[in-house]
Amino acid sequence: MAHAHAQPAHGHPQVGHHDVSFFHKYLWSTDHKMIAKQYMFTGMGMGLIGAFMAYVFRMQIAYPGSTVPLFGHVSPVAYNALVTNHGSIMIFWVAMPVLVAGFGNFLIPLMCGCDDMVFPRVNRLSYQIFLLSALVLIASLFVPGGGFGGAWTAYPPLSANSTYNLTPAGSTMWVLAVALEFVAFLLGGINFIVTSMNSRAPGMKAFDVPIVVWMIVVASLLFMTSVGPLIAGAVMLLFDQLIGTSFYNPSKGGDPILWQHLFWFFGHPEVYVVLLPAMGIVAEVITVFARKKMFAYRTVIGTVIATGILSFFVWAHHQFVAGIDPRMANVFTVTTVLISIPIAEMCFVYIATLYGGSIRFSVPMLWALAFLAEFLIGGVTGIYLGASGADIFFHDTYFVIAHFHYTFFPIAIIGTFAGITFWFPKMFGRMMNEKLGTIHFWGTIIPFNFIFIPMFLLGMHGEHRRIYDYTNFPDLATPGLQALRVMSTVALVVMLLFQFFFLFNFITSLIRGPKAPKNPWHSNTLEWTADSPPPHGNWADLPTVYRGPYEYAVPGRDSDYWPQNEKT
Amino acid sequence: MSVKTVAAARSSAGLPTGRLGVWWVLVSEIVIFGGVLVSYIMNRIGHAEWAEQASHTNTVAGAFNTLVLLTSSLSAVLAHQAAENHDGKKAARLLWTTVGGGAIFLIVKTFEWTHEIREGFTIQSGGFWSYYYTAAGLHAFHVMAGMALMGWVATTAARNEELHRVENVGIYWHFVDMVWIFLFPLLYIAK
Repeated sequence: MAHAHAQPAHGHPQVGHHDVSFFHKYLWSTDHKMIAKQYMFTGMGMGLIGAFMAYVFRMQIAYPGSTVPLFGHVSPVAYNALVTNHGSIMIFWVAMPVLVAGFGNFLIPLMCGCDDMVFPRVNRLSYQIFLLSALVLIASLFVPGGGFGGAWTAYPPLSANSTYNLTPAGSTMWVLAVALEFVAFLLGGINFIVTSMNSRAPGMKAFDVPIVVWMIVVASLLFMTSVGPLIAGAVMLLFDQLIGTSFYNPSKGGDPILWQHLFWFFGHPEVYVVLLPAMGIVAEVITVFARKKMFAYRTVIGTVIATGILSFFVWAHHQFVAGIDPRMANVFTVTTVLISIPIAEMCFVYIATLYGGSIRFSVPMLWALAFLAEFLIGGVTGIYLGASGADIFFHDTYFVIAHFHYTFFPIAIIGTFAGITFWFPKMFGRMMNEKLGTIHFWGTIIPFNFIFIPMFLLGMHGEHRRIYDYTNFPDLATPGLQALRVMSTVALVVMLLFQFFFLFNFITSLIRGPKAPKNPWHSNTLEWTADSPPPHGNWADLPTVYRGPYEYAVPGRDSDYWPQNEKT
Repeated sequence: MSVKTVAAARSSAGLPTGRLGVWWVLVSEIVIFGGVLVSYIMNRIGHAEWAEQASHTNTVAGAFNTLVLLTSSLSAVLAHQAAENHDGKKAARLLWTTVGGGAIFLIVKTFEWTHEIREGFTIQSGGFWSYYYTAAGLHAFHVMAGMALMGWVATTAARNEELHRVENVGIYWHFVDMVWIFLFPLLYIAK
């Protein structure tokens, strides 16, 4: 990438040649693209840790008591720490950094046609705090007692009292790590929102902004307006753990349900915080590879905003069995079912975009289509759980786990792969191998369904989610149910092995993939008018915008796309 | 290496970038304090016995601190006015006055807490006291952060540099003030 920095840059203050040291270029950079890559690689590294944890505890469930290769014997305390940290890592240290911070940092300045974020040093600080939070979390796995084992939702009194959770140091470090991570994303979110509000290219009106930027910005807004109570709640939990306050301690006049409210008031909008960027990535990929104008662009934006607002009024559906007032449960059932309307609408809009398009089944498009298909299953099964009557039966069973993974896997894994395979040429200046990409795609999607469909069935048979060894439960230890558990675990191992195709493809393409042209997919949005990879400052002359982002197949034009910055 | 970007100089929304940034910081702060205060109010309504604990807080000290903090916002506004008139030196003097107000606030708070802790009312003494020390402590932490920021802005303003920051730090200080306006009645007056 060194050659890119030698290019002269006209017309903006940070002119010219940067002869920067390795440290300043890769570790202390204020360049949004480098920060995006830092977030992305850290997230992917954490993803490997989270995936390894899933492998270990799934092996324990399928083959209880046996020695797990590469790990050894899984003790009950270790099992709790593994499931807790798998959940925490995958949401806070994989989905958030990759989807929101990684793609947000890379795309917002490029798609808005400016040279960087508005507060580059705040941006750098955001990543540094994030990295610190990741290190605190990893360190917590190695302290006496091991990593936190009170589930990723950290309900007190289990999380507040170390005589219950048996992980005194781990639980405190977990709370600290999560709080630091929140601060990092607040700083990043301020940058995203202000940059997209204030620093768009000349001529770029609000409705000329690509959907993915809208979605990341709405996601940042949701995060910013929902995480506050949980930051306060985390401070309170920390005080309960360390200095004996009584916020959540009923024996001293506190209320453990309070934590559930604070957690889910954030936790439910958080689902949309990670969903929306993935939805945005899919929107970009689908329009480009269907060679068709986005169907109902403004409706999508209205829908996104409606989703955001509604997402603040659904949180108590996580607490139907926590002793909340049944009349309240009815209200939250209605809001929960309501929120499936805007989400379904987005899916329909994407399908309508495909209709009559000239579809190209490139690897990013495969991922985008798989997102629609798999997320649909996640969405539909959510309706069962949103209805308080059915939820009382399904609560804390594997049905919930399966539903959750049918939403989060499409978001965090399928959406991410769609984005990485789509923007890889722009990020790294080289093309990825399509054949390896296709093998990796099918090798991920097929086993994925074999992991989680058995879990729906197990959940319907009443399999509780927090059990270390089912052989102690005669009702659940039947050969039929055990066969489903083994199927799920085997599928997981197969899926994880197929990820080596991706890693191999990623690394070899980075080193010796064919050089990428500026605009390999013939896309309209501004990032494709910069060099691949874009130099520091992105463009020698910053672009001006003349039209919306989705003018594909416009009648009467010779080429089937019409870049946003092209005059006439 | 300079990090001034073209992005920061643009203004598609018609607002200066720095001020827009401060407003979004405040949005995130409002929900943080909102979380503490709503939790407190809900619990306070549910626990009649907290009224006895609350009766031990020092309303006079709280009222005096309210006055100090409100007055310190006045000098922050005057500093903004001076900055608008390109009088960086005057703006810096007024900002330091505000920092002084914050210092008086913290000193009063220290005496108050010392007295309460000596009487045996610590953060572990019950539900009300847990919220009392946590909410006021979180606020005091913001007062300190505001003072530090203001000192930094005053130093640059004294050299007539980055005068727009005077307004931005003032907005933040008013917010810290506003939080106290909520805390004072909730923690002191509601006996």
